[in-house]
Amino acid sequence: MTQSAPTKSAGLFGYRLSPVGSIAFLVILFWAVIAIFGPQIAPYPVGKIVDMDYFGPMSAKFWLGSDYLGRDMLSRIILGARYTLGIALAGVLIASTTGVVLGMAAAVVGGWFDTLLSRLMDALISIPSKLFGLVVVAAVGSSLPALILTLAVIYVPGAYRFARALAVNVNTMDFITVARIRGENTLYLAISEILPNIIRPVLADFGLRFVFIVLLLSGLSFLGLGVQPPLADWGALVHENIQGLSLGAAAVIAPSLAIASLTISVNLLIDDLPRKIRDRSA
Amino acid sequence: MTKLVDIRNLRVEATTDAGRRIEIIKGVDLDIAKGEIVALIGESGSGKTTIALTLMGHTRPGCRISGGTVLVDGKDMAALPERERAALRGCEVAYVPQSAAAAFNPSQTIMDQVIEVTQIHGSMPRDKARQRAIELFKALSLPSPDTIGGRYPHQVSGGQLQRLAAAMALIGDPKLVIFDEPTTALDVTTQIDVLKAFKSVMKSGGIAGVYVSHDLAVVAQIADRIVVLKGGEVQEEGRTQAILATPAHPYTQELLAAFEPKETQFAAAPAEKARPLLEVENVISGYGVVQSDGLPLVKAVRSVNLSVEKGRNLGIIGESGCGKSTLARSIAGILPASAGNIIFNGHELDYAARRRTHDQLREMQIVFQYADTALNPAKPIEEILGRPLTFYHGLKGQARSARVDALLDMVRLPKSLRHRHPSELSGGQKQRVNFARALAADPRLIICDEITSALDTVVAGAVIELLKELQRELDLSYIFISHDLSVVEAICDEVMVMYRGEKVEHLTREDIASPRHPYSKLLFASVPKLDPTWLDNLVLEPELVRQYGGA
Repeated sequence: MTQSAPTKSAGLFGYRLSPVGSIAFLVILFWAVIAIFGPQIAPYPVGKIVDMDYFGPMSAKFWLGSDYLGRDMLSRIILGARYTLGIALAGVLIASTTGVVLGMAAAVVGGWFDTLLSRLMDALISIPSKLFGLVVVAAVGSSLPALILTLAVIYVPGAYRFARALAVNVNTMDFITVARIRGENTLYLAISEILPNIIRPVLADFGLRFVFIVLLLSGLSFLGLGVQPPLADWGALVHENIQGLSLGAAAVIAPSLAIASLTISVNLLIDDLPRKIRDRSA
Repeated sequence: MTKLVDIRNLRVEATTDAGRRIEIIKGVDLDIAKGEIVALIGESGSGKTTIALTLMGHTRPGCRISGGTVLVDGKDMAALPERERAALRGCEVAYVPQSAAAAFNPSQTIMDQVIEVTQIHGSMPRDKARQRAIELFKALSLPSPDTIGGRYPHQVSGGQLQRLAAAMALIGDPKLVIFDEPTTALDVTTQIDVLKAFKSVMKSGGIAGVYVSHDLAVVAQIADRIVVLKGGEVQEEGRTQAILATPAHPYTQELLAAFEPKETQFAAAPAEKARPLLEVENVISGYGVVQSDGLPLVKAVRSVNLSVEKGRNLGIIGESGCGKSTLARSIAGILPASAGNIIFNGHELDYAARRRTHDQLREMQIVFQYADTALNPAKPIEEILGRPLTFYHGLKGQARSARVDALLDMVRLPKSLRHRHPSELSGGQKQRVNFARALAADPRLIICDEITSALDTVVAGAVIELLKELQRELDLSYIFISHDLSVVEAICDEVMVMYRGEKVEHLTREDIASPRHPYSKLLFASVPKLDPTWLDNLVLEPELVRQYGGA
């Protein structure tokens, strides 16, 4: 099917993206560049008080105004991108990889292994995520590794369920039976026979899960449980500048917009992916 | 005779996933007189169902009627607004689907669904509709016509459900009924009842019909006229008798030729009794919770014996649910047997495949019915055929690549196919790849589970020919499982008939024409013949039918 559409220019990975998808992709690319080259781009040092005024308005000098201590908001957001994107990406990588590996294992091995793992994951899902974050912070304090692991643990069950559901469907196909009676082991079945058939929807799920993690991370930071001062991700920026809301300060609105633009873009990109990538490959 | 249907220069377009438009019906003309039954016959993808659906002004999603007229009783179904078309559906034109089981709502009683169409169109009061339905049930010779309407769809058999679907179509007194492969999913013994019922109802009501099928023998029984389709175009058209007697078009001749028994040299029965390649003794297997006696709750195979000699073939036939596939899966170790012995090549095999040795697994291969699901859609053909070569024989790089070429050559596929994915192959090609994968293991025995059932007649014939050729070259043995007697006859030295999990008869080539067991007699007599008078002249012993027929 892919080679039968040579008429228009092939876009991302040989697929054409819709206009909405392209814009979303550009926004994501923009934030990725910001996160990588943050220190080079930022106009002011991140922790330095540069404005005499607090909650300063937007000006030619301070594009996004200043925060509650008079620090440059633009620089804070640029540097905050590193934390938000970095932590979320690390978290989603751990969550999705673990979830997919366990999900495929459960589908292939089946039996009590599947039952045990599935019930364990159900139990994990039943814990409210913010409460879980609160308990972990109370127990071990808030450090970046602890934060990443907590986020990952919270989102493993979802990734597991998704991958297992897909893998169970593939597992009933005759080609799996053929491979089984050929004498192939579980690892080969999972990686070589099943994974290629579920990888596209799994990648789409990876993107959505990334959004969930960004939102949860921002939420935890907003509650003061996430990234701790003097470091700040976008959620923490909203948290520390919340008093500026009544003053209409850019300091509280700009990081909120940053979170929204990132999460909405990822969602739109995935929604507008060509059917062939997004859905289970036929 | 007056024309009921007049299709002129019909064109239907489909939009592919890539957004390209392709024409799938290319200017078809078709007439149907009042009370006439016309069969549309052709292989899958020939456009036969698409044409039938346009008679209701309907196309499948992604398709649209792009040109021509479809006059049904003077009204152009292609041009009418949807609202008016809807008013005609069920009243003027009705539809009987291939799978009645999928067409019925499992949560409503049959009567409610049969009379639904009269309620939607408000054509008759509820009580009258019920009476009419019961008359139809009688006409379709359904058992207990007065009460069957109160049952739910899962409480009747497949053949009965198919007849109930016909009742659903006939209740609005349509002038035209479209039958879309209504008996394809049924067993031959059930098919007879359904065909007879359809035929008598249509004839007595003087209703015109369109009968879509790929089975020429079935069509010969019911149709007045046959239209042969290929690639969205009419190839040949004529009275049933004429088409069967003097087919003009090469494709029609090919279709007919597929029915003729082919001359085959079968290996002479071995002079001395060598030890059989495979011996199965008293195998019991099934599904469900294991009982206290160590046997499963539902026994699908009850103590079956069989043996396959080297270089010879065993056919296993029986209706759906008789346990033939379960037996195959038990022999292959996919579904471990519960009791009995499986002796292969002089060694007793473990029930479960994963406890058998590498070589035992290699020497016995199984090929499944659905080539689509048996090939991993994510892998190129090269990879699919290469894996068993690496796994069993440790072949790599050049040697492996050369062997893949040789395998493709063996199953008569071009080498260029090796880089393609299964979705880019036709059904017949996929089944050949499937078979090549089994050959890659260098097996002694190949279990073929209904491998030609999903293929078109002509393609299936070619696959069978290929199997015979390979047998001569490679000294293989086959276990050939099918519900289709003609397929089994074409290739097997011995035939075993199964009924309800038991082996009821073992036939050799010599006595295949004269089965002794009553069930085998019924089964063999039920296979449709090309002769159009076959169904009308067919007399089955009522006692036999009562005992074994239908279900």
